[in-house]
Amino acid sequence: MKDLLRSVAARVTGQAISLFARFMTAPRAIWQGIEPIPVQRVYYANHSSNGDFVLLWTVLPAPLRRSTRPVAALEYWLTSPLRAFIGREVFNAVLIDRRPEARTEDPVAQMVAALDQGASLILFPEGKRNSSDEVLLPFKSGLYHLAKARPEVDLVPVWIANLNKVMPKGEVIPVPLICTLTFGAPLHLTQGEGKDAFLARAAQALRSLQPPVQP
Amino acid sequence: MTSPHLLWLLSGVAAILVLASALGEILRRRLSPRGDNPVIENLNARINAWWVMVFFLGLAFLVGKPGVVLLFALASFAALREFLTLTRYDRADHWSLLGCFFLVLPLQYYFVLTDWYGMYSVFIPVYAFLLLPVVSALHGSTRDFLVRVSETQWALMICVYCVSHVPALLYLQIPGFEGRNVILIAYLIFVVQLSDVMQYVWGKLVGRTRVAPTLSPSKTWEGLIGGALTASAVGTALWWMTPFSPLQAAGMCLLITLMGFFGGLVMSAIKRDRGIKDWGHLIAGHGGFLDRLDSVIFAAPIFFHVTRWLWSTT
Repeated sequence: MKDLLRSVAARVTGQAISLFARFMTAPRAIWQGIEPIPVQRVYYANHSSNGDFVLLWTVLPAPLRRSTRPVAALEYWLTSPLRAFIGREVFNAVLIDRRPEARTEDPVAQMVAALDQGASLILFPEGKRNSSDEVLLPFKSGLYHLAKARPEVDLVPVWIANLNKVMPKGEVIPVPLICTLTFGAPLHLTQGEGKDAFLARAAQALRSLQPPVQP
Repeated sequence: MTSPHLLWLLSGVAAILVLASALGEILRRRLSPRGDNPVIENLNARINAWWVMVFFLGLAFLVGKPGVVLLFALASFAALREFLTLTRYDRADHWSLLGCFFLVLPLQYYFVLTDWYGMYSVFIPVYAFLLLPVVSALHGSTRDFLVRVSETQWALMICVYCVSHVPALLYLQIPGFEGRNVILIAYLIFVVQLSDVMQYVWGKLVGRTRVAPTLSPSKTWEGLIGGALTASAVGTALWWMTPFSPLQAAGMCLLITLMGFFGGLVMSAIKRDRGIKDWGHLIAGHGGFLDRLDSVIFAAPIFFHVTRWLWSTT
């Protein structure tokens, strides 16, 4: 009974967060390189705000949303019961520990396990929020290891535009502005491609999705 | 707040939409059976969106004053969200932008709801105008300062101040017209939007000479004259449901259709400069709220003030 209540609460919370995100950002998905169909994918996106994965999750059609899990930082999401509820139960996040010295599980193994269970993933390869003037921070190697471990899975770049203006780092109240999410063509690791070459190619594919208008 | 005249007008609009939907379906079967003709698909999307817009407007009329005020407050919110997405951005403006959405906008509509004319007619042009730049200035950044505060003020004037003059029409006191003010709103929107639609139709049929080639390829003199005259003729024929005489109704219709055209022109100039085709994407086939409202935005305050000066006792 208690489990049922928790799962209902998680669903309602998820819908409420999603509705709030829609109200604030009227998010628009541009399916440029893929169709919104139920294919197993790793969506990797630029990371400038805490709302990034919520927005990406929100614009996915409901059937896709149910099987898509964000990859998030364990040391952030397990710091309070509310965050843990949202991270674990509402968004069913794959929680990885970003601190090599503290972790007990290998993040790549965790992500691969989630893929093997049939889930799609939302991943931010920059590893942390980008508040610099650079378009993208250097990618961490997780994306490469994932591409190597499961080469058949589509890696889809998603450029999230404007969310850093809705809620810049350090602000708590969001300003309503329209956000667009551009989904690019899927990438795969090619034969013999090295780590640096692949990560550069993946970053370039993401960068190229930026909309032209950036006032 | 329903009056027999309003029901007449809404039924008339519903009849037009039934006709349009039927026509759209015939065109689809003939020219776009597989849904691959973008012009036909867009036409049908537009007609469907009209049904939704008329439904919400009718619903708001049914609820009465608070319903109409709330509907236009929400439209303002969506329009402001579209406008400020395209203005110059600086971190230092975060709090003044929050002020626009969560203080200025609700207050403006609250003043309209409570019929405080002396306040809502100066609140944004005076108080918001003077105080919002202070908030931005206190946050320090001077980069493009004048551009930023001007754009924010413009956004508020267009998206909140002008739009709020539509529900404000409910509060005019016109002798012999008591309890029927909702007709003024329905009439304004009907004539201006009909003019938009007819400008589109006339332009597609006989449009040759562009009014402003650098701004918009689709605005032609033939479309403008044909559209404004058609809408004004229909509006004049409906004089009996307004406080105006036939001649006055004709003058009013010409005035608001012309203002509506100017609205489309000015908003096109902004879009062209920013390199976009539509303000948003929420109204299928039409674009954003500002794409649909641009003509009403320019017509509403003028319609409000002329009616107030010449007919209202307040």
